[in-house]
Parts: sequence; C-alpha cells; structure tokens
Amino acid sequence: MPSASELKERIEAALPGAEANVEDLTGGGDHFRAEIVSDRFAGLSRIEQHRLVYDVFGGEIGGPIHALSLRTTIPEGQA
Amino acid sequence: MTNEEIRDFIKQAIDENRVMLFMKGTPEQPACGFSMRTSAALNALGVRYAALDILPDPRIREELSGLSNWPTIPQLFVDGELVGGCDIVTEMYESGELAERLGVEQPAEAPEPPTADAPQTAPLGIDNRLS
Repeated sequence: MPSASELKERIEAALPGAEANVEDLTGGGDHFRAEIVSDRFAGLSRIEQHRLVYDVFGGEIGGPIHALSLRTTIPEGQA
Repeated sequence: MTNEEIRDFIKQAIDENRVMLFMKGTPEQPACGFSMRTSAALNALGVRYAALDILPDPRIREELSGLSNWPTIPQLFVDGELVGGCDIVTEMYESGELAERLGVEQPAEAPEPPTADAPQTAPLGIDNRLS
C-alpha cells in the first residue's frame, strides 16, 4: 500500500527540482492529494502538467492508488 | 458490444456533444465525489451537457482512458477536446476560466466550490445505451 511520503519521493525523483506535498486524504493509502511546484510545468497546459505527474505512477492510478488529486503550479516568476 | 464499437461510441459522443462528461453515475445520482463535483460545476454554470455513466461496463473506462490518455474519471470534453478531470474543472470553475471556455456567464456570487445540491441538470442524456 503506497504512503504519502512514498508518493512524494517518487514525484520529486521523477521531476527533479520539484517540491511535492502529498496528503493521504483518508489514511487508507488509496486517496491522495498532491500539491506540486515545479518549473517543468512552465509552458504546459494543466492537462499536460497533470499528465506528467500521472505518468510517474502509470497503471497504479485507478488501481492501488484509487485517486490522486493534483494541484500543479509553476514557481513564482517563472510562468 | 465489441471493444471497437464501444470506442466508436465514445468518439461519437465526444464529437456530437459540445460539452461531454464521462462520469461515475449520473448528474442526478453521481456515484463518486469527484464526478459529483465536476457535474456540479457544470450545473452551477447552467450549461447544457451530455453525461455518460461509465460504470455499467468496465470496458467503457478502458477504452475512454485509452483514447484520452487520461487515467481517471470523470473526464470533461469541450469541443472535442479533453479539458480535464475533477481537479482541473474545479480549478477552472473557481477562476472563471470554465465559464469563459463554455461561453457562459460566471455566476455573480463569489464562486464557492460547487456542491452536489445544484439540481439544475440539463443533460442531453445519451443514457447508457452501452449498458
């Protein structure tokens, strides 16, 4: 069962320089919310930003990770 | 139905309905909180939309996600294009971008995150012809 800290590590490893805050919404290890700040998101649509993050987990989304709610932002001054 | 027929049906639904929502359950009876919030945002804007329940056949979701390259439900399409799931739609609702994209007025009140009890649904209702 994935943990919030595991998700955070995997996001930050996949998007170097990103800062992720991940919360386990239910405590059950299947519904998470992540707020991610990364300059990798610059110039991308929201869809593309979220896809970058979803791609880290591939088929786990909808499987073991039932839901991963995302808020993606670009660091100040880099939009 | 074959998987191919399901995929064709999904493509057609996206093509033929300017605002097309794939969700769990229906706007009247959403079966998941994320689907509920997404349809509530559309209801709050008073926009007409078609909604399809993906639950009756697991292949609907498989084929949809294969087409859209998007792993989760709900999925909102406008003018044939994927706008996003619950997070993006909610964010766009709150910022007024969703109203702009749909060509409607943002409700005058401060845009509270929509709740489920906005009963004004006007789905074109391509009701589960897949079930």
